[in-house]
Amino acid sequence: MKVKYRFLNHTADAKFQAYGHSLEEAFQNAAEATANLMWSTKKVKPRIKKKINITGKDREQLLVMFLEEILFLLDSDDFLVRSVKDLSIRKEKADYALEACFLGDKISDESEIFGSVKAVTYNDMIIEENDHYLVQVVVDV
Amino acid sequence: MKLKRISEYIWEIPKQGDMNVSAVVYSSSSLIESVQKDLTLEQTRNMACLPGIQRAAYAMPDAHQGYGFPIGGVAAFDMENGVISPGGVGYDINCGVRLLRTDFFEKDIKKHKKALLDEMFARVPTGVGRGGSVHLSSKEIKQVCIRGAQWAVEKGFGREGDLERTEEGGCIKPANPENLSPRALSRGSGQLGSLGSGNHFLEIQKVVTIYDRNIAGAFGIHSEGQILVMIHCGSRGLGHQVASDYIRLMENEIGTGGLPDRQLINAPLKSKLGREYFESMNAAVNFAFANRQMIAHRVKEAFQTITGTPEGMEQVYDVCHNVAKFENHKIKGREAKLCVHRKGATRSFGPGHAEIPEVYRHVGQPVFIPGSMGTSSYVLAGTQKSEQLSFSSTAHGAGRVMSRRQALRSFRGEKIKRELEIKGVDLRAKGWRCVAEEASQVYKDVDEVVKISDSLGIGKRVIKVDPIAVIKG
Repeated sequence: MKVKYRFLNHTADAKFQAYGHSLEEAFQNAAEATANLMWSTKKVKPRIKKKINITGKDREQLLVMFLEEILFLLDSDDFLVRSVKDLSIRKEKADYALEACFLGDKISDESEIFGSVKAVTYNDMIIEENDHYLVQVVVDV
Repeated sequence: MKLKRISEYIWEIPKQGDMNVSAVVYSSSSLIESVQKDLTLEQTRNMACLPGIQRAAYAMPDAHQGYGFPIGGVAAFDMENGVISPGGVGYDINCGVRLLRTDFFEKDIKKHKKALLDEMFARVPTGVGRGGSVHLSSKEIKQVCIRGAQWAVEKGFGREGDLERTEEGGCIKPANPENLSPRALSRGSGQLGSLGSGNHFLEIQKVVTIYDRNIAGAFGIHSEGQILVMIHCGSRGLGHQVASDYIRLMENEIGTGGLPDRQLINAPLKSKLGREYFESMNAAVNFAFANRQMIAHRVKEAFQTITGTPEGMEQVYDVCHNVAKFENHKIKGREAKLCVHRKGATRSFGPGHAEIPEVYRHVGQPVFIPGSMGTSSYVLAGTQKSEQLSFSSTAHGAGRVMSRRQALRSFRGEKIKRELEIKGVDLRAKGWRCVAEEASQVYKDVDEVVKISDSLGIGKRVIKVDPIAVIKG
């Protein structure tokens, strides 16, 4: 994928589409898009690893919970996400399970943060598979 | 969508299809176009489809597209068949506005202004992440969630007298933090006493116009040039997490089938889950009251440090504009207990209402409508007429018309700061980008929003203020 994600216009909130050859890659790129709404991921050093495990009842809920993790780590631990590694999604009976590892660093005086995301919404959410995967998300800012 | 103009400021989407009631939009010739451009009307119509909704679904004059309910949406549900919806309250539970009055005039603080701004910026944490002014254990956070601003006053932040000048006395009941997730408590533990970011702000303002001297006087505001301080923020990560958690819990228990928009997920008011959300939401409401109580105290300290006296500095009132509450309203001539959702709308009780503090009861509840960065804000008074027109509600702000992305392409933060300085407004912010995103041009004309409220009679225009110094979250 040449373009990992792109931001779209939305009156009050922020909206983006993320792409991938697999659902995993699209989710990973959605995480980068979310983080880049708040800080420049390129400027965050990959100093600390955070492993996460999530279960959701469908892919939409899984995506909301996954992106919400970025907000949770920021608010509870001053952690800035740089990138996502080893993301896997499995279908387990009625649920979907996601495992991933966030790489990033703690906020410091040098961190340049330009905004916050309050929450990840289902509004206008798309998870689509054609010749590649596309996810569309609106976040409340 | 078929939109029928009823009068100069009232439009209606007549009851049709799945709608249980009609949808009513309060707007004007100049603002209705922006309402029609996005999903505001569709979202207002969707509110009208929810079970147990009474009288009509309302969109306030500053309404714009949200998720689930529009921002500026007001809906009331009956206790028997009605529902409660986290998407009808919003993620920033008890986002609200607190106003402080002072005996200072612009000339008194002119020479101190920059120092005062720096002092406030140093004392009130802003921006993202933890950054709160205290760090609390889970046990202590739960106390904050139960006791709200009372907790803060007992810890030395402000005075007892502030509480009676706060909606719900700064402590809404029943609030139960026991159903808050560890994640919600964890997000809140380091954020109490902080402004946050986005559209939140702290502003020193001067009175420019008084439209009604009698009511203004009752609010402690007597003269043009008088200095006020306005605080706009909410329940930070704790409230956001409560909303996200209950959206998920409701999805898992009730399912999302049949909803026109997944964000409209709701639970019957009579259900266990509905009650649990209500009590958890109230816990977040109290967290936000405590938050603004602490920030107000820091502001007073900053004035004390720089001017030598915070004399005359007193709270006018504190209003929530993202909340669901049980209130009595008249339905078909009969008093009924309803759950009123106000998502980006301010309660606007008229003169005589028992919920208004005694000092203001003869004039109506104070209502604050902040404008955008660098533009005017307004103080209004609640009206009896609003009871019939909007379940005692009016607007809460200016309402966005331009996306943040477009704002970033159109404006530069540094340039906006210089332009504001030329207008006599000093600005402190953590970054330039949020300044560009919040440029005044991205909002609806607040003067027009307030004019509609005043002309309709859902909130009476009392005072207009202009900023002289702004701290952006």
